[in-house]
Amino acid sequence: MSEITSKYLKLSGLEPLVVTPESNFINVGERTNVAGSKKFLRLIKEENFEEALEIARHQVEGGAQIIDINMDDGLIDGKEAMVKFLNLVIAEPDIARVPIMIDSSKWEIIEAGLQVVQGKCVVNSISLKEGEEQFVQQAKLIKRYGAAVIVMAFDEEGQADTYERRLEIAERSYNVLVDKVGFPAEDIIFDLNVFPVATGMDEHKRNALDFIEATQWVRKNLPHCSVSGGVSNVSFSFRGNNPVREAMHSVFLYHAIQAGMNMGIVNPTMLEIYDDIPKDLLKYVEDVILNRRDDATERLLDFAESVVGKAKENKVDLSWREEPIQNRITRALVKGIDKYITEDVEEARLSVDKPIEVIEGHLMTGMNIVGDLFGSGKMFLPQVVKSARVMKKAVAYLLPFIEEEKLKNPQANDARGAGKILMATVKGDVHDIGKNIVSVVLACNNYEIVDLGVMVPPEKIINKAKEEKVDIIGLSGLITPSLDEMVFLAKEMERQNFRVPLLIGGATTSKAHTAVKIDPQYQNAVVHVNDASRAVTVVGDLLKKESSDRYKKSIKLDYETFRDKFLKRSRQKEYRSIEAARDNKFQISWKTSEIKKPKSLGIQVIEDLELQKLEEFIDWTPFFRSWELHGKYPQILNDTIVGSQATELFEDARTMLKKVIGKKKLRAKAVFGLFPANAINEDDIEVQFKKETHIFRTLRQQLKKRDGVPNFALADFIAPKTTGIQDYFGCFCVSTGFGTAELASEYEKNHDDYNSIMIKALADRLAEAFAEYLHKQIRTAHWGYDSSENLSNEELIKESYKGIRPAPGYPACPDHLEKVTIWELLGVKEKIGVELTEGLAMWPAASVSGYYYANPEARYFGLGKIKEDQVQDYAKRKGIPLEEAKKWLAPILADS
Amino acid sequence: MKDINQILQDRVLILDGAMGTMLQRYKFTEEDFRGERFKEWSHPLQGNNDLLSLTQPEAIAIIHSKFFEAGADIIETNTFSSTTIAMADYHMEDLVYELNYESAKIAKKVADEFTARNPEKPRFVAGSIGPTNKTASMSPDVNDPGFRAVSFDELRIAYKLQVEALLDGGSDLLLVETIFDTLNAKAALFAIEEVKEERNLDVPIMVSGTITDASGRTLSGQTAEAFLISISHIPVLSVGFNCALGANQLVPHLEVLSAKTERAVSAHPNAGLPNAFGEYDETPEQMASQIKEYLDKGLVNIVGGCCGTTPEHIKAMSDLAKDYKPRNLVSLA
Repeated sequence: MSEITSKYLKLSGLEPLVVTPESNFINVGERTNVAGSKKFLRLIKEENFEEALEIARHQVEGGAQIIDINMDDGLIDGKEAMVKFLNLVIAEPDIARVPIMIDSSKWEIIEAGLQVVQGKCVVNSISLKEGEEQFVQQAKLIKRYGAAVIVMAFDEEGQADTYERRLEIAERSYNVLVDKVGFPAEDIIFDLNVFPVATGMDEHKRNALDFIEATQWVRKNLPHCSVSGGVSNVSFSFRGNNPVREAMHSVFLYHAIQAGMNMGIVNPTMLEIYDDIPKDLLKYVEDVILNRRDDATERLLDFAESVVGKAKENKVDLSWREEPIQNRITRALVKGIDKYITEDVEEARLSVDKPIEVIEGHLMTGMNIVGDLFGSGKMFLPQVVKSARVMKKAVAYLLPFIEEEKLKNPQANDARGAGKILMATVKGDVHDIGKNIVSVVLACNNYEIVDLGVMVPPEKIINKAKEEKVDIIGLSGLITPSLDEMVFLAKEMERQNFRVPLLIGGATTSKAHTAVKIDPQYQNAVVHVNDASRAVTVVGDLLKKESSDRYKKSIKLDYETFRDKFLKRSRQKEYRSIEAARDNKFQISWKTSEIKKPKSLGIQVIEDLELQKLEEFIDWTPFFRSWELHGKYPQILNDTIVGSQATELFEDARTMLKKVIGKKKLRAKAVFGLFPANAINEDDIEVQFKKETHIFRTLRQQLKKRDGVPNFALADFIAPKTTGIQDYFGCFCVSTGFGTAELASEYEKNHDDYNSIMIKALADRLAEAFAEYLHKQIRTAHWGYDSSENLSNEELIKESYKGIRPAPGYPACPDHLEKVTIWELLGVKEKIGVELTEGLAMWPAASVSGYYYANPEARYFGLGKIKEDQVQDYAKRKGIPLEEAKKWLAPILADS
Repeated sequence: MKDINQILQDRVLILDGAMGTMLQRYKFTEEDFRGERFKEWSHPLQGNNDLLSLTQPEAIAIIHSKFFEAGADIIETNTFSSTTIAMADYHMEDLVYELNYESAKIAKKVADEFTARNPEKPRFVAGSIGPTNKTASMSPDVNDPGFRAVSFDELRIAYKLQVEALLDGGSDLLLVETIFDTLNAKAALFAIEEVKEERNLDVPIMVSGTITDASGRTLSGQTAEAFLISISHIPVLSVGFNCALGANQLVPHLEVLSAKTERAVSAHPNAGLPNAFGEYDETPEQMASQIKEYLDKGLVNIVGGCCGTTPEHIKAMSDLAKDYKPRNLVSLA
């Protein structure tokens, strides 16, 4: 009920915008303002509305959550232009999805605007300037038109320019609006006047600080209202010196947001990242904004002059920008700054004979330094991926020139690249985060990557490898059936007389599997590589002429020795026959065991869960692991080695997460069901739904254990039919992957692998969080066997709750085949659109499926290896050919 | 009479079904539509259902009675198209006040009879305010997206006249319905607020939008929540959806409303989707079984029917709803 009763500022275009205390700063786009944009003014004057619309569209695409529209100019008919432009905006769904801020100093223009917009707008602005009567009258109409309002701190005596005057006017305006007009307090937004600082006049020294302090007072004392402002005013005295202005804006915003400013007109291109402000500049600017010393203005002016002076000479901004071109490019690559890269690359291009030389020279010099730093542990994966983003932008810029050069000079072959590497996630598998990271890192090291994407059939890999004449083939996979695909490919490469090395990677792969199953199939080098940093050295060793042969031989030998040891070791383990294992099953005393009937039996669907709800359930530790930063969250943030990098990555992740949540970039869907069920035939679970029977097959541990330790199967946690006791069981599938592929490819289009990987890693975390969230709902509500539960997220991660939710493909039930049964029973594909690939991976990838067992004695366990007799029995129970069963269970077979 | 706000706390209220569907059964001819009074009217009048309140008032009263007998708590006046804008098709702009006034009177008379018979179940008349046949935030001309066929002020003035006449005729509530363009509805609500202020009265308002396609948006492109926020400045009695989709497709949108508003939630869907002949063939039982989902999930406070629904449909709903508690209302001041 909280969302219903809480007084939040709620606005709407075609879609809602609800401003809660958790919302990020609301960014109001200001480019569609004739007073703020010369280009927009010119377009409106020329009645070029089509191009003017593009400005609005860009703002929305660029992340503006509200667009401010202002037509106040002496040379245009503001009312006509406002109505005309708004009517056109409304006809463009990708612009009109955000709320509109109707901005004018003329009431007739505001009212004309309000009459053509269906959504809930913001009026910008009204004030007590012309007295209370007019203020009340306008507020009443705004309320009747259904809009929120910006109230300027302005009254009959003038604009508020001190702390006290701001408070006085804000409080009076608030009281009039709330008490006299009955205006909803949450629909009031105060503009507390941002005035310039560092003007040289003493009375302006406190301008920024007064605003910030007044903001704090208003948010505290005038309940439910918001505070906004036009940020660029604060730096007015530094017109012409953008580096200083940008720093001032971000320092001002940083402090104002902390004080409670939750909305504002900000030009994103005039904003430096707070942390990126050079420390000296930051100090001078902060002194001025916060009025920390009497000579703050003088000191900033002096400093600014030096910045301006340099700027005039070199047409570049900050100090590093005046260094030689190679230093600038190197710095951009090492720091991952893409802001100036195209201009720098252009400069470099003009300085060389052929454009390719920029890649081979300038850029590779920089990337080699990145590679060295990474290799020596001074840079971490997320930074490298950011460097790659800069590299890709640079290369994308150069490509047309290189093509042109090729046309001019067709015989000159470009000999660039240390080697060509094919990368693919194998058939039936959809997971590609790891593969993409390795690709990026290799690309950074001057290897050309041919990335075939996910679910790549073997024929395609073979054909592409021939066609592109690749030097190495890299295969990746996360689910167990992918292992077989890799074995198949190795065989196929052998059959077709391939010579190139084969790299194997992905979460499910291991040195053991590679050595035992893949390596014997292929006469040439097969290497298991499970982290990106090792990939570079391995590929280097494989391709460098001087080391190649020796390395390949040593690898073959290494794997052979490993294989022998491994096979010997595995032979030493003792197993029980399946019958003996069943005799040693886990015993629950069913007569006394607590069995609770689920509160709601049957299947339910969640169409579109608010992502916000999942945030608190996220387990961040695996997220860091996916970026090869190892350590437990939150301790990892303070780790002496990776701490600062982890913190930066975490901040980027949180920023993206906010965006994803705020803009509903991903859809969270789920289907789950709770059913009457009983164990039958020892290891099977019979589930009843709508008079139909579905049977889940479970697998039993066969490893011989010491006395008293049972051989578990999941079926042990369900009451056998023979007891006559009705028990229950559930299964589910959740996904937060809808939208991921689109977002990722959007980023990839912009050569931004960093964010493309980030969104996938986040989607995976959200899917796990969703599974955790839903399990809690199951425990406390839908099944309701543990309604008193109140666990923290850490306790959830530690799995301190009662009952389990094992997932097919994971240790308790490594068998992926049972997913098919879940899909049939729940109608997963039909209900929420999550599909199973032929390898039984879920698509979209950010999905989790599994079972619910509620018995307090149910626990997680690892199945371990099983013997042929169980596989035969399983095939018989399931009614499938033995060969098929073997194929799916191959990774867990103890024999062979 | 008991306050409708209070009754809403106690039970699910039933709205009537389709006037148009019931009128079709009479197979009125052009002459029937014209009656004595409009014998010489220069334009064809067949199809002007609202006019029947003047030319066939008994039929209108009988239909109202049938819906009341079926269990409806609220019936809608026969005024869906009685604005100067919609009546322009028949050149009957000047009759708009009379149409609304008479329709309200007919409905009120029937309602009062039923209330007198059973004071425990007071009956209400909702003045039906349709969307008109023009849209204020969409262009009818694909080549000129900035063009508008009607302005906010034109709508506001037209609606104001309708509202005044509906209230003069005795309407207990006002129902702004089948909203496909939220801006039209905002003009209607603006007009109502003006009348309320001028007359110093507080008439309960029901607002009902229509989701026109499977993507879950209104014709003017808003999501259910955006629509709700856009009309949230008016303290309405209820907000809901009607028409367009069948009962089953409305569920997700009602869930949004139910989760996000402190107002009562209403739903009066069509009897399924029209078949190839434009008829609605969902039976009362079929429809009731879908309405049951609303009730099981506790999504609604008011249910009824739109296109294709008959007294039998309403009776099935009424029989079903009486065993249910209404959706929990936070607190209606």
